[in-house]
Amino acid sequence: MFRVASDTLNSRVPAGPLEQKWDKHRFNLKLVNPANKRKYSVIVVGTGLAGGSAAASLGELGYSVKAFCFQDSPRRAHSIAAQGGINAAKNYPNDGDSIWRLFYDTIKGGDYRAREANVYRLAQVANNIIDQCVAQGVPFAREYGGTLANRSFGGAQLSRTFYCRGQTGQQLLLGAYQALMRQVSTGRVKMFARREMLELIVSNGAARGIVVRNLENGKLEVHTADAVVLCTGGYGNVYYLSTNAKGCNVTASWRCHRRGAYFANPCYTQIHPTCIPVSGDYQSKLTLMSESLRNDGRVWVPKNKGDHRAPGQIPDEERDYYLERRYPSFGNLAPRDISSRAAKERTDAGYGVGESGLAVFLDFRDAIARDGEDVVRKKYGNLFHMYEKITAENPYKVPMRIYPAVHYTMGGLWVDYNLMSNLPGLYVLGEANFSDHGANRLGASALMQGLSDGYFVIPYTIGDYLAGAKHGKLAEDAPECRAALQDAEARITKLLSVNGRRTVDSFHRELGLLMWDYCGMARTKSGLEATIPRIRALREEFWTNVRVPGESGTLNQSLEKAGRVADFMEFAELLAVDALHRNESCGGHFREEYQTEDGEAARDDENYSYVAAWEFQGAGNEPVLHREPLVFENVKPSTRSYK
Amino acid sequence: MSSDTLNLTLRVWRQAGPDKPGGFCDYQLDGVSTHMSFLEMLDVLNEKLIAAGDEPVAFDHDCREGICGMCSLMINGQAHGPDRGTTTCQLHMRRFASGETITIEPWRATPFPVVRDLVVNRSAFDRIIQSGGFVSVNTGNAPDGNSVPVPGNRQEVAMDAAACIGCGACVAACKNASAMLFVSAKVSQLSILPQGQPERSARVLGMVAQMDKEGFGSCTNTSECEAACPAEVSVSHIARLNREYMKALVFADR
Repeated sequence: MFRVASDTLNSRVPAGPLEQKWDKHRFNLKLVNPANKRKYSVIVVGTGLAGGSAAASLGELGYSVKAFCFQDSPRRAHSIAAQGGINAAKNYPNDGDSIWRLFYDTIKGGDYRAREANVYRLAQVANNIIDQCVAQGVPFAREYGGTLANRSFGGAQLSRTFYCRGQTGQQLLLGAYQALMRQVSTGRVKMFARREMLELIVSNGAARGIVVRNLENGKLEVHTADAVVLCTGGYGNVYYLSTNAKGCNVTASWRCHRRGAYFANPCYTQIHPTCIPVSGDYQSKLTLMSESLRNDGRVWVPKNKGDHRAPGQIPDEERDYYLERRYPSFGNLAPRDISSRAAKERTDAGYGVGESGLAVFLDFRDAIARDGEDVVRKKYGNLFHMYEKITAENPYKVPMRIYPAVHYTMGGLWVDYNLMSNLPGLYVLGEANFSDHGANRLGASALMQGLSDGYFVIPYTIGDYLAGAKHGKLAEDAPECRAALQDAEARITKLLSVNGRRTVDSFHRELGLLMWDYCGMARTKSGLEATIPRIRALREEFWTNVRVPGESGTLNQSLEKAGRVADFMEFAELLAVDALHRNESCGGHFREEYQTEDGEAARDDENYSYVAAWEFQGAGNEPVLHREPLVFENVKPSTRSYK
Repeated sequence: MSSDTLNLTLRVWRQAGPDKPGGFCDYQLDGVSTHMSFLEMLDVLNEKLIAAGDEPVAFDHDCREGICGMCSLMINGQAHGPDRGTTTCQLHMRRFASGETITIEPWRATPFPVVRDLVVNRSAFDRIIQSGGFVSVNTGNAPDGNSVPVPGNRQEVAMDAAACIGCGACVAACKNASAMLFVSAKVSQLSILPQGQPERSARVLGMVAQMDKEGFGSCTNTSECEAACPAEVSVSHIARLNREYMKALVFADR
């Protein structure tokens, strides 16, 4: 199924005490003279929190930047949909927070499958992010006296989450977008919207450019640079239904993987516990109800199977507040992976609510009685509004019905401490890399990571590479560029020429269902073994029976989707292989064979305390596994307990 | 929940390209679940069109949760359809009746040229933001977040304005194709917050100049924009924009 490489991946984590690593490393990084920066060109793909902040910051430093996004404007990247907030260890509430505690919570939350040094750096720069965003005019929630407000979030027992109502991602992204627009106005960043990256250009082993398709007119373009920064988000849409935007895809990452970049830990996927349940087979996406709701909402199911009374009619003694029962110290704020599995356990056992039985209640009755409807509205108004729009039910009156859904992917392209992949010159930031969240991400830390990578890591680390790179300009008609362009062209021609009988969406739905059933919240050896040949068969059918209408020389959304689904078809197999190879349960990766007596994930630190980084060997061929051992010098991996 | 379905006639604007002529095409779509979102209904139409060997209708969409601002559509002459404070992606078919004809058009405004079918080019908005819709603070220069207090009530007003999703419904709804609500939202947010003060005058002058250059019309205070705005941005921000503009014209050091 796969081969194991004998090498050990070098994460290039600097030596020395954890607290000093980043400072010492920054001192050791080579610098590019201010006057020389404009001579270096950098391509940034994706304009979410990571890409937007990276492109803006690199532009500010003076580099010549080209930024790309597939949406019609960089302001629309899916970071915008993040609701709840962003963590930082400011300790403004005086509740005992510290950089060390944020680091510890994040490492523990990730079930000890993240790299210590990266997570510590993340916790260190988190405070700078808040300051930077405030200075940009991000309207964070404030107390009456004018100081910044905090709220609590899953996986932490203190309040360290900064927020803008239920639209924190939107405001942070607009901050980064505005900084980016400012650089566009200075001419230091050239913005290319409605461009989709189709190939990575590798020259002499280094990443030197990309091939993109202009989605408005279908023209293929070659762009070369001294380095490529990939900020293209996660791969949750491999499940078809997820909380991701419809356009989110794995193509940019997968194209780099096919050119040699290792893909790390693809089986670490996050199933978010609080999403609006599926309502029909036409469903096109799932909508998240922010984790912040679990601050005030209580999760429950009826104690009696088949209790179809209206929820308000069910008295307290006949309700099972199962998170509070199983995890009394964290209660409704247990981490996402644990809360999701607890919901699955109850619904699988037949206690689910709603028409499908695949839902649990999230009830605000007590919060409204305690604080009043106005207070609840002020905190969560937009979320309640959104819930009512979708379900036609008023959550101020009846409890929300929620169910877990695919939300975030911790896996991604492998990167070292500098956020550079194994391909020199290819940097990977934000959700697209694998580095900071281990096997499970805690709430309010995705925004933190995206902005940390973009504002405060890449501006330093990329200079070190550029200062040492002596490769000269790469012409846009160089042989390696022409070859990549031809590959992209050939693939488009092939997709358009199959002319079969099934639509792209029908393949995507089928793939998604397969992945959800066998590679979702719970996985088994037999299920995964049976799934891999089915993915292959579906991929084969795709290439012989898909129908992509229209032509390449115009806006063609079917063609866009077809290219993305084709890559998901290859990627899905790697996800399943990774899940099958990891004979343990950790964080979001739950193998039913490996659980404790009370149903919690059972890690195997002796054999699996490593990053699994996969090397591509051709579609359908056995991938090669490279391992990066995880070294814990500062925290001792223990069984996570939220009881 | 009921399993009600609708039979609908869809009058959809089809246009093969920016320079091609456009026109309405009628499609019959039966058995539409009332629980579908409007865009899911269009997905179903497109699956049907592809199966029949036709080209699907191109429309912009992405997050499908009302925040990215990518979706658009004039639905029966109303930007984002009949519901207040709602984007097209959050509009659900339970809002319609069986037998209805639904007319679906792209945003109609000269600064938003049609790309194909229902897709328009809104890059004019990006250029307006480039003309001053930011605070000029380089990464790394920021003082502690709590060093400048912002009264909670002022922050709330700034947040009301900042909620703009940049979808362009305000322009589409306006008989003059004015972009005043969009521009005012950003000007208002940054003129209220202390961080926006140093560039306050330059910002409003720059953004208004770019807005005019892009060809957006003038505001005649009909407030259609506010009624259409899915983020419910208030026209009071336009009043603030006008005050800011006047102040900047008179007092700005230029």
